[in-house]
Amino acid sequence: MSTQPSQSQDEQKETLFIDAISQALWEEMERDSSIFMMGEDIGPYGGAFKVTKGFIEHFGPERIIDMPIAEEAYTGMAVGAALTGMRPVIEYQYADFISCAWDQIVNVAAKYHYRTREAVPMVMRAPSGAGLRAGPFHSQSPEGWFAHMPGLKVVMPGTPYDAKGLLKAAIRDNNPVIFFEHKYLYRRLKEQIPTDDYTVPISKAKVHKEGTDATIITYAAMLQVALEAANKAQEKGISVEVVDLRTIYPLDKETILNSVAKTSKAIMLYEDIKTLGIGAEVSAIIAEEAFESLDGPVLRVASPDAPIPYSPPLEDYFLPKVDDVMVAIDKLSAY
Amino acid sequence: MQVKPLELGAKELMDIYYLMRLGRAIEDRLNLLYKGGRLPGAIYLGTGQEAIEIGASYALEPGDVLAPTHRDMMSQLPRGITPREVFLQHYARADSLTHGKGEDNYQGDLKRGTFATVSMLPDFYPVAAGAALAFKLRREKQVAMAYCGEGATSVGDWHEAINAASVLNLPVVFVVINNGYAYSTPVYKEMKVANVADRACAYSIPGVIVDGNDVIECYQGAKKAVERAREGGGPTLIEAKTMRMRGHAGHDPATYVAKDIIDLWTKRDPIVRFENYLTERGLLDEDKKKEVIDHVNATVEDAVNYAEQSPYPEGKEATEDVYAA
Repeated sequence: MSTQPSQSQDEQKETLFIDAISQALWEEMERDSSIFMMGEDIGPYGGAFKVTKGFIEHFGPERIIDMPIAEEAYTGMAVGAALTGMRPVIEYQYADFISCAWDQIVNVAAKYHYRTREAVPMVMRAPSGAGLRAGPFHSQSPEGWFAHMPGLKVVMPGTPYDAKGLLKAAIRDNNPVIFFEHKYLYRRLKEQIPTDDYTVPISKAKVHKEGTDATIITYAAMLQVALEAANKAQEKGISVEVVDLRTIYPLDKETILNSVAKTSKAIMLYEDIKTLGIGAEVSAIIAEEAFESLDGPVLRVASPDAPIPYSPPLEDYFLPKVDDVMVAIDKLSAY
Repeated sequence: MQVKPLELGAKELMDIYYLMRLGRAIEDRLNLLYKGGRLPGAIYLGTGQEAIEIGASYALEPGDVLAPTHRDMMSQLPRGITPREVFLQHYARADSLTHGKGEDNYQGDLKRGTFATVSMLPDFYPVAAGAALAFKLRREKQVAMAYCGEGATSVGDWHEAINAASVLNLPVVFVVINNGYAYSTPVYKEMKVANVADRACAYSIPGVIVDGNDVIECYQGAKKAVERAREGGGPTLIEAKTMRMRGHAGHDPATYVAKDIIDLWTKRDPIVRFENYLTERGLLDEDKKKEVIDHVNATVEDAVNYAEQSPYPEGKEATEDVYAA
């Protein structure tokens, strides 16, 4: 055995969020020949966001399959392939179009194992989220729709490290997993991540920044807003803890409750619309199970109950901002 | 792999006859149990469709997969689903194939090559295409077959699945049982085409019409399509013209169907027709027929008793198996 640590074990490389996702897919496809991909324009074109650029040249057209515009068909086909020994990964061009596959996801994929004990190992990748001036049909955060559907797992990473590790975990999971990739982060967020193989566990939240006075519970692109708000609060002498849910469903209640027990104050920050979003569930969990720890109301900072508008001033108004979080922090500081 | 011949021998013909009689007897008993309030839920019967239900899926071989709908219990009998399993499922017992989780005909077992369907139609057209894709990617010479009624051909999934299967040249056979009605809605309110099979040209695949009450024609039509798929020829659309001889579900007396239509189709009963065929070939006489029917009745009796004595699941099992390990 070499006394020198192997270079690959420790090697880190600054990696964009989108490249972390591509890496996870590439490495998993190299590792397991039962993995293949279906989606629109994922072949020679490399995908609408270029996540699969270069894949078809390496893995061939049998494993990187360009599909007709037929979300319902290729979602159902993924179920059929998963039930007969494959591990399909499908790409919806935008998460908004996942509604076209709704029935196959909620009625076929989500309920198959429950009835038959036969597993459906498939991943549905979907670029979601706003901030790109893409209007009502290319900006939505549909995670809440699916966080109400037992049998599905809904994963939503907020960092390149988690994106790679969680996508690998999703591909190796024996259940249908919806993997929402916040497209605002694709080429804006980068960090040092291992070039080697690793996974991040599904249904495990992460305390991204420790604090003592209040907890911000968030996920996906709002993690960056939460961290910025926490830093601003620090300047005012308020110590804010930031919890990144990472998996939306099933939720990691333990990490949420432990943090609230410590800080006694909770803000739920999410980009989805406020009503019946993830924040509603997290607030209810805290109210039910951590009521005695609370020193103030659980606050939600989220998008208003409206479609996502196109025009820059409208979209800027629509999305939760650091200032909105600061208002919530100040409000809680009064308790 | 041992493959069934196109021209079936005496053993296979009698095998099919037994399965048709068994299917009819199971459904007759389910109807009685339902009317007597003995079943917790609904029933969806394919009575009158025995020829296509059994004839088409009989063309599959071990390793192939079948995707039936809620009305296609009988199609699963050639795959090895047993009468005990059918009644356990209807009685919602713990030992049923869906452990009390799924209703009436929504059972399956992939080890024997059948999917457990859902109510939304035809959701398993894409699923069957996906299984065919898996076979193709692994270079396995297996075939998938999906069933649905003509009512389901108005749904987007149907067209999406057939189009994708055609583009990818997948080994899948799409069977449409045109039984005249989508619940209460007659075919002329469902589509303008004269035949569902005419739609095949839109996907550049063969569209074949078979007499859905002639089990030999159903078997041979399916058999040719299955072997074509197995040899890399791609999908086929088969339309079986038949009649749903009962209501949509157990509660539905189907008063919207004129009596003379039922009378007409009663004369075309697929089991009687097949009995005539077998008799002409010297394979069946009154003694043999009685022997088959007695055996079928005893099998159904055993299955009903077995299911009735079988335990229900415990309430707390309602939350188990939501996720795979």
